[in-house]
Amino acid sequence: MTIDTAYVRTEMVSAQPAPRRTSGTWAWMRKNLFATPTDTVLTALGVIFLFWVIPPLYNFFVGHAVFPGGTVEDCRASPDGACWAYIGSEIEFFIYGFYPMAEYWRPNIVFALLAALIIPLLAPRVPFKRTNAVLFFVVFPIVSFILLNGLDIRVTEDSPLFGLLSGMGLLSTRFGLPEGTWLFMQYVPTEQWGGLLVTLIISVVGISLSLPMGILLALGRQSKLPIIKTLCIAFIELVRAVPLITVLFMASIMLPLFLPVGMSIDKFLRAIVGVTLFTSAYMAEVVRGGLQAIGRGQYEAASSLGLNYWKSMFFIVLPQALKHVIPGIVNNFISLFKDTSLVYIVGMKDLLEAVKTKNDALEWASASQSITGYAFAAIVFWTFCFSMSRYSMWVERRLDTGYKR
Amino acid sequence: MSKKLLTVLLAAGLGLASGAALAQTAASPTLDAIKAKGFVQCGVTGGVPGFSAPDANNVWTGIEVDFCRALASAIFNDPTAVRYTSLTSQERFTALSAGEIDVLSRTTTWTMSRDTQLGISFVGTMFYDGQGFMVRKADGINSATELSGAAICIESGTTTELNAADYFAANNMEFNTVVFVDQDEVVKAYEDGRCDVYTTDSSALAAERSKFAVPADHIILPEIISKEPLGPVVRAGDTGWFNIARWTYFALLEAEELGVTSANVDEMLGSDNPAIKRLLGVEGEFGAPLGLTNDWAYRIVKHVGNYAETYERNVGPNTPIGLARGLNALWRDGGIQYAPPIR
Repeated sequence: MTIDTAYVRTEMVSAQPAPRRTSGTWAWMRKNLFATPTDTVLTALGVIFLFWVIPPLYNFFVGHAVFPGGTVEDCRASPDGACWAYIGSEIEFFIYGFYPMAEYWRPNIVFALLAALIIPLLAPRVPFKRTNAVLFFVVFPIVSFILLNGLDIRVTEDSPLFGLLSGMGLLSTRFGLPEGTWLFMQYVPTEQWGGLLVTLIISVVGISLSLPMGILLALGRQSKLPIIKTLCIAFIELVRAVPLITVLFMASIMLPLFLPVGMSIDKFLRAIVGVTLFTSAYMAEVVRGGLQAIGRGQYEAASSLGLNYWKSMFFIVLPQALKHVIPGIVNNFISLFKDTSLVYIVGMKDLLEAVKTKNDALEWASASQSITGYAFAAIVFWTFCFSMSRYSMWVERRLDTGYKR
Repeated sequence: MSKKLLTVLLAAGLGLASGAALAQTAASPTLDAIKAKGFVQCGVTGGVPGFSAPDANNVWTGIEVDFCRALASAIFNDPTAVRYTSLTSQERFTALSAGEIDVLSRTTTWTMSRDTQLGISFVGTMFYDGQGFMVRKADGINSATELSGAAICIESGTTTELNAADYFAANNMEFNTVVFVDQDEVVKAYEDGRCDVYTTDSSALAAERSKFAVPADHIILPEIISKEPLGPVVRAGDTGWFNIARWTYFALLEAEELGVTSANVDEMLGSDNPAIKRLLGVEGEFGAPLGLTNDWAYRIVKHVGNYAETYERNVGPNTPIGLARGLNALWRDGGIQYAPPIR
């Protein structure tokens, strides 16, 4: 029996494509690029801008560029293209500075150790965090320093250590080694370190030390003990009130005048101490901002649980406070990383200064030499800073407990 | 407590007094310190090609670096017994007077105020630099006296500008400048043909020239219109060390004058020329008063070469810098490099 009613369909309507205006590329463009006349004009302007900017950039970095394998003549013949061949040829100076070529394996091991220790430390899933932290913060610095610096002991008759050892009857001969060979590893004083190596060492040391120092200073500034409080405030305000460039300048020019003639503190050490103290003062204020965001109730709750000062800080207050200020902390890390390039003031050749030095090298003299050098330095700095920034955003998302708007 | 303090003070005072006495008897405290630590600490630039800069193997090279190598050769018979400290122009004199370096060999212009007011002593002039002019070869100009009315690219507010103005006024020539604020702009303008002449210190002219697409299309005119004597510097007050540095410089010149090179120095040991015998320590006792061995100059020439060799190797016509000897030729070749005799 069929129902013969005009308004009831007897067959299914076949599937229709979605209306053109709500999906697909065209609709997306309509919605996002050409929704209003103003949008249309802005889009047109944007496209014109891109057409104006991209081709020269492309030509400089890729199109007309001379890639490794090219010669200096190629670079001179193509003045509007980057001279990547120059970077390829001088890359060792940019990474190691004046470090002796035969000894590159030592910084290489340090780089490898750094990667092998820092990646598991930053990845939350990897176990053995405590061992990892001990290795990274205690063992790694010592090992790296010995590896990079070597020991200033040569096989000579008049070297004091050898004199002492042979005097005690420990060494009868020089192990049969020729006079003047290095007993342990070739001694490479810090003035021969350079390039990315120096940039990384200063920033890793600065980052690892400035956060704990900043936390202590921030806690000290909020302390009820008057002397500690005054000292912390004095330090923070004094250091924050002078530019980093002045701190380094003082360290390199004034400090030697106060020391007895002939005695000098290693320049590298001066730079590291300067950068670290400077950043820790800023860090202290960032952390203090986080501490102020924690309600009084949290402190009181910690006290009522019977926790002492340090326990309540470390288990209750700081974990919450630091979470609030991750962007600020990483902001400081990034600016520290970039500030390392100021160590040229004490004569250290960090990455940027190494690039500047080689930009004058006549073997690669060409019109695009310096621009290429600076572009290379910019790319390296950007890579590191951008990685830090992405990592911090990821940590923020991971620690998000729903307070955020 | 106060007794203890007094003892300490007394001991310190005695120590100081004995230290002062030692300084008077020793030939040179700096030399003693250098011998004890086993190397010469040499202050150099951050990198000026030809003078002190890293070479392709990332080792310091240059005419000023060679002076430090010569010092190390004279003292240790080992040109590598040098450690280099890269210094900015602001910190160079402090580093020297604070004892962080033993000798400053860093494109430092010898001026009266520096020599007399900073507690430092200039050893000599390793390189006579001065302001020069560069023109395009196609223009057919051979002398700065032909530059009247030519458009000159110049950096504003520098002594370069003042020197050029003085020179043109003194020679009654028309001074016609195209002024820029930045060195790179000046070079670019000259290269683009916006002016006919580019002027700055001659060593810098040569370095800039080597960056051009075809360096041979440009010539540096022979006239030098300002005095920029560049030389090594030591701390004032240590005469012994000053003498070592000064005679190291003279030995480089003397070796060139006598035709002693790193290649023939061993044959020259058998030379009959008394001047060569005295230089190489075959005859006479000239090293001992310096606190060195008598073959001190032999070691310098053997390891580093004579002045001509280091000049040709670092800044000479066959290097990318390509500077003719000019004022830096020996006195008998028309230059002003002159060493007193070793006698």
